[in-house]
Amino acid sequence: MLTLAWKNLFHDRVRLAVTLVGIVFALVLILMQFGLFLGFLDTSANIVERSGADLWVTSPRIPYVNGGSPLSESNRWKVLAVPAVERVDRYILAWVPWKLKTGAIENVQVVGYNLDSGVGGPWNVVEGSAAALRGEDTVIVDEIYKSLLGVSRIGEVFEISGRRARIVGFTRGIRSFTTAPFVFCSFKNALNYGAGIIREDQAVYLLVKGRAGVSANALKAAVQPMVPELDVLTNEEMHRRTQTHWVFATGAGITTLLGAVLGLIVGVVVVAQTIYAATVDHIREFGTLKAMGASNGHIYRVILAQAAISGVMGYTAAIAIALTVSEGSQGGNAPILLPPEVAVGTLALALAMCMGASVISIRKATRIDPAMVFRG
Amino acid sequence: MIEIRNLFKTYGHGSAAVHALEGVDFDVDAGEVVMLMGPSGSGKTTLLSIMGCILRATSGSVKIDGREVASLPEKKLPGVRLEHFGFIFQGFNLFPALTAQENVELTLKLKGRSAREARRQAGELLEQVDLSEKAGRLPSDLSGGQKQRVAIARALAGDPPIILADEPTAALDSQSGLNVMQMLTRLAKQRGRAVVVVTHDSRVLGFADRIVEIADGRICSAELGMEKTA
Repeated sequence: MLTLAWKNLFHDRVRLAVTLVGIVFALVLILMQFGLFLGFLDTSANIVERSGADLWVTSPRIPYVNGGSPLSESNRWKVLAVPAVERVDRYILAWVPWKLKTGAIENVQVVGYNLDSGVGGPWNVVEGSAAALRGEDTVIVDEIYKSLLGVSRIGEVFEISGRRARIVGFTRGIRSFTTAPFVFCSFKNALNYGAGIIREDQAVYLLVKGRAGVSANALKAAVQPMVPELDVLTNEEMHRRTQTHWVFATGAGITTLLGAVLGLIVGVVVVAQTIYAATVDHIREFGTLKAMGASNGHIYRVILAQAAISGVMGYTAAIAIALTVSEGSQGGNAPILLPPEVAVGTLALALAMCMGASVISIRKATRIDPAMVFRG
Repeated sequence: MIEIRNLFKTYGHGSAAVHALEGVDFDVDAGEVVMLMGPSGSGKTTLLSIMGCILRATSGSVKIDGREVASLPEKKLPGVRLEHFGFIFQGFNLFPALTAQENVELTLKLKGRSAREARRQAGELLEQVDLSEKAGRLPSDLSGGQKQRVAIARALAGDPPIILADEPTAALDSQSGLNVMQMLTRLAKQRGRAVVVVTHDSRVLGFADRIVEIADGRICSAELGMEKTA
């Protein structure tokens, strides 16, 4: 029966091509939409996910990480008094103006972190080094934003809030969800760039690291009573809060999510129609098989095998296209992320869609009017 | 071999009901060639379908080799078809993606033959219908007569006692049609098969042992074939 399924598919190459185009289109659509959504989620809270902090001590009820407001440095000493706390670093994330050489202004988000601990600092530095941020008025930006910020090489000097900012390195893949790129620098530099927004005795966040073996939740339970007027969030909570804000509180997130869901629905419909049409094309042959004495089980096996073969072939082409597009998207502002679990999940989805769609055709194939078989 | 009594088949219900067969009695013995004739819509194909356990009768009795099959549960019928029947269709109904050899092998595999055994038997069957040299050809590369010979080889696969043929000569030229009928007659006479042929083709009536005419779902005449009456 597998031979029949295989030969049925490959006998009519045009039909097979049409089937595969339908499946590939549907799967690429699904992969792109979900990849975009995953990229959206990743970008929206990457700075939290990669911070390395266990806890974030914040002003009360901030909606997301980019919406923090200054808090007093004195809170740092209160948190440090907790025995389970290893260290507490002041952290700044603030919106400041970046002046291009043309005189134009771009908003950026300056990220000031403790260079000694590295908590909250940049990652994936591909040119220069984070250590160079110890120099005065030094910053690191992501290479994606070179064009936006008018940057071409290390050593160039710009202005942030009217102060010098010398480029000492570039990261790769640290995107900002907003149009304002992240600019990493030392906490001290960030205070200078944020002068007028943040006083010297303030920080926007306190990033807490617990002692070895202390869970984030236990650490939070120990720290919160020390700063009852502030919010204490685990890194996971801050991550989720930020993602939730961007996904549900802005139209952009809902749109992307809706796009992903619509991609799935359209994909399922396209695959269902394609597989159904491919099966119906062979309906007379299934009728003949049935007349000859093949059981419904035999016919199921042929149809399911055809669907599975089509699904695997379509998936192979679709994942190749999607991975190529995903690779190409890494240099842009809207990355399409396709982690291995999505790739594997999509294969399962492709098989499920194809075989599920074929069930509709199975019903048709096994209920053929026998008179059809006997007509010329 | 086939014994049909008081067979009724009705399509639809109430005022939309169409009575395809009304009280048909019909027998076929081993070694006999019976031709079913009648105008379109007379019920020939319905009778053939019920005889072949493809279609269920509304009421009546259908016995194959003395075994009542009309009341068998649906899932038992494919087994009855496999064991007892070989089918030949007007449009050949060969699998276009399979070669002549593979078309015959498929039936044998359905009947549980191993791949090697199926290959051997299919080769022999194609030899019997004088198509050995075309075994590797797809149906699209064969003439109408050759296709029908492949269909005959397929119908003979697994040695079924009854061959049901629906207009087997309709798509063939005169000579090919005669050849096909000679083959079917030989099957009946030399190998004791019961052969039932639905036909409109008056050229082949000479091959019949009996000619049964159906009109409006009823058997209106049954007579000996022309050669028998001569």
